[in-house]
This record gives sequence, structure tokens and C-alpha cells, in this order.
Amino acid sequence: MTRKKRRLYMLGLALLGLGAATALTLTAFEDNIVFFFSPTQLQAQPVGDRNFRLGGLVEQGSVTKLPDGVTTRFVVTDTVNSVPVTYRGQLPDLFREGQGVVAEGRMASGVFQAREVLAKHDENYMPPEVADALKQAEHFKATAKTLKPSS
Amino acid sequence: MHRFANPARFQRLSAAILPWSAGATVILLIVGLYIALFSSPADYQQGNTVRIMYIHVPAAWMSLFVYVNMAIAAACGLVWKHPLADLFAKAAAPVGAGFTFICLVTGSLWGAPMWGTWWVWDARLTSVLILFFLYLGYMALVNAFDDPQRGMRAGNVLLLVGVVNVPIIKFSVEWWNTLHQPASVIRMGGPTIDPSMLVPLVVMALGFTTYFVTVVLLRLRSEIVQRKIQTLRLTEAQG
Amino acid sequence: MAEFFAMGGYAAYVWPAYGLAALVMVGLLVATLKGLRGAETTLKVLEGSRPARRRPRHKDSKGQAAAPSAAEVSEG
Repeated sequence: MTRKKRRLYMLGLALLGLGAATALTLTAFEDNIVFFFSPTQLQAQPVGDRNFRLGGLVEQGSVTKLPDGVTTRFVVTDTVNSVPVTYRGQLPDLFREGQGVVAEGRMASGVFQAREVLAKHDENYMPPEVADALKQAEHFKATAKTLKPSS
Repeated sequence: MHRFANPARFQRLSAAILPWSAGATVILLIVGLYIALFSSPADYQQGNTVRIMYIHVPAAWMSLFVYVNMAIAAACGLVWKHPLADLFAKAAAPVGAGFTFICLVTGSLWGAPMWGTWWVWDARLTSVLILFFLYLGYMALVNAFDDPQRGMRAGNVLLLVGVVNVPIIKFSVEWWNTLHQPASVIRMGGPTIDPSMLVPLVVMALGFTTYFVTVVLLRLRSEIVQRKIQTLRLTEAQG
Repeated sequence: MAEFFAMGGYAAYVWPAYGLAALVMVGLLVATLKGLRGAETTLKVLEGSRPARRRPRHKDSKGQAAAPSAAEVSEG
């Protein structure tokens, strides 16, 4: 075959090889690349006594500020499992119930003691009016469901 | 493609295109900035910080787009030895590096108030930082050789080795748990971003693209002039 | 007006973001144009200092005009 064709094939092979090597490396280091564990992942594979990150949603109605004014208690859930968390310090602007959260710290007698709490937001962007309209629509749907007559 | 390998022809072609790409850049950026800063709404949860998105996301898209173009040029340079391919990669590198830098810094400025941190080593941010280093590494490598041909070849190899980073960046938010949220525009199921926000995003992205075309054409013209200078100096030294 | 600049309290993040992008993009453009002008000037100087090398424009034995010199092509 021509020299050009051979160069092309060599290039293709090299790229394929590189891709395979990278894929293998990444799968091998999976645990370290994962930025956080969900409560379910934690349940399946407890981490033990070391620093790690816990991620999920802040459970509705779970946020309480302790009387010392600095500590906050809340629960991180992934709708299947949940983990109680305590944190001393200022919470980010976006932190609130039902919002995504990633906390860094360690487990201590069943409670996650967080050293850092970050808010994680989703990929949805919309103006406030649209968000309100969506909430109304959901509320409408929910109430419509409960109003359905039993036949 | 080899028709465009003639430098004189390229100079004529680029001279014809430049006024249009430059004009389009100015118009798109002015319109884009107006919509981004004035007429588009704030986000329901992120407030006015969402306006950073109109710089951050187009810059991110450009950082990947430019790199992919450079990698294709590198392949052309290595396989077909097209003369303009090498020059294109060299001309595009600073633009790509600039966009990556803008993406990283505006990302930090956005993350600090919203996430609560300036930086995390999650898969998305780390892989984009690696992209930035690849750009810098490429520029350093190409300039490290006395013989420009060898420098170009080394640079091309680096570009192709680093291309595996591109799908990693794109899919990092799907493959691994990351702090950075998943894609809002280029995703299965369509964009999850309100049209009033998608418009300034797209306009700014187009403006960044025409900017890229403009600057790369200018840099290519410069490279060709530099080559002529080198040839003249060489023949003078011999003659 | 003041509300606009305050960006809902996030001014310290939004304006530096736009400012940096402008700085980098304008800076790169200016550096590129400077480089191009400088190179073009150098080229002019170099070409100007080689008058004797230009091939004279006269018909050769076949009655056709001589091909343009390399310098003339590159000016196209």
C-alpha cells in the first residue's frame, strides 16, 4: 500500500491503542475519580475511618440549626437511602431542602461529620416566572390527583 | 485541499474572508452582550450569576472545538503532510488556550458563590485543566526545536495523544459523580435551558467562533509572512 | 442603573468574568495584529534591500513573457 495509506493506518491503530489504554486506566482508578459517594453506594460499601465525600439531596424538612448558632443538622438522601449530617460553619447560597449537596468529611457513629459542604445544582436553567409556573402546574397535577373520585 | 496549499492563494482568500468574519464577530458579540447582560432574565435559583454562563459555556465549547480542529490538522500534517495543516495548528493554539483559560477562571468565579468553592478536583474540572496544559505544552513543544519541521511533528503527536481527553471532558459529568452538573444543551432529550437563556448562549458562541476564524486567519497570514522572511534570510545568507 | 451594576449582589463575580474574557480576547487580537504588522514591515525591508535579484520582465526565445519572480508571486 502507499506510504500515505500506511501512515493513516498506523495513526488509526495508535489512537485506538491509546483509547483502550486510557479506558482501562480510568476504570482501574474509578474509585478515586468518583467525586462523591451516594448514600446507597455508602450502604453497599462502607468507607471506614477516612475522609470522603457524600453526595445527594437535602431531605425535605430535615434541616435544623442547633441553638449554638453555628452547627446545622440535615439529612442527605438519594431517595433510597439517607445519611444524617452535622456541619459547623456557613452554608453556600444555594443550600436548601430538596437541593443537591456534596459534603466532605468522615463518618462518626452513624453520623457524617462534614468539614465542607458544597451545593450542587442541576442542569436546568429558567427564569423565575417559568419556575413558578412549573410549580403551579405540579401543584395542580398533585391536587387534581387527590380530587379524582374513587369509582 | 492541496489547492489551498499555495501561500499566495491563501493570502488572497484570507484577505477576502477577513472583513466578513471580523464584521460578523463585532455584530454577534455586541448583540450577544446586550442580550446576556440586559434583556435576558436571571435564573430562578442562580440569580444573576447565570450571566457568567454566557461567557463560560461558549468559552468551554470553543476550547474543545479548537482542540479538535487542531487534532484534525495534526492528523493531516502527519498523514498527508499538508503544508497549511501544521501552520493552522500553530496559529490556533493560543486562541484555544485563551478560551480554556477564560473557561476555567469564569468557572471559578461562578462556582465560588454557587457551589461554595473556587475549585474542586472533580473529573470535569480536572480534565479541562489538563486540556489547558495540553495547549501550553503544545506551544512550548513547537517552539522548543531549532528545526521547525521537527517541532511541528512533535507538536502534532502531542495533539493526537491528547485528543483522548476530549470525550473524557464531555462525558465526565455522565460517567462519574462530579460536582459539575450534567450537560444542559447538547444532550439526549434536548436542552434543559429556557429559550430566553439559550438565545444569548448561542449568539455568544457564534461570536466566539467568528472571533476564532478572524484571529486564526490573521495568525496564519503572519506565519506565512514569517516563512517568507526565513526563506529570504536563508537565500541571502547563501547568496 | 445601580441595580444593574450590583447584579443582585453578585457583582464581584459577574463583572470580573466579563472583564477577564474581554481582556484575553482583545489582548490576543492586539498581539496578533502587532505581530502581523511587524512581520509585514520586516518583509518589506528585506525585499526592498534585494533589488538586483528581480528577473527582468522581457520575452524569452519562445516569445512569451517571463514567469513572475517568487517575490512578485508572494505579493499576490
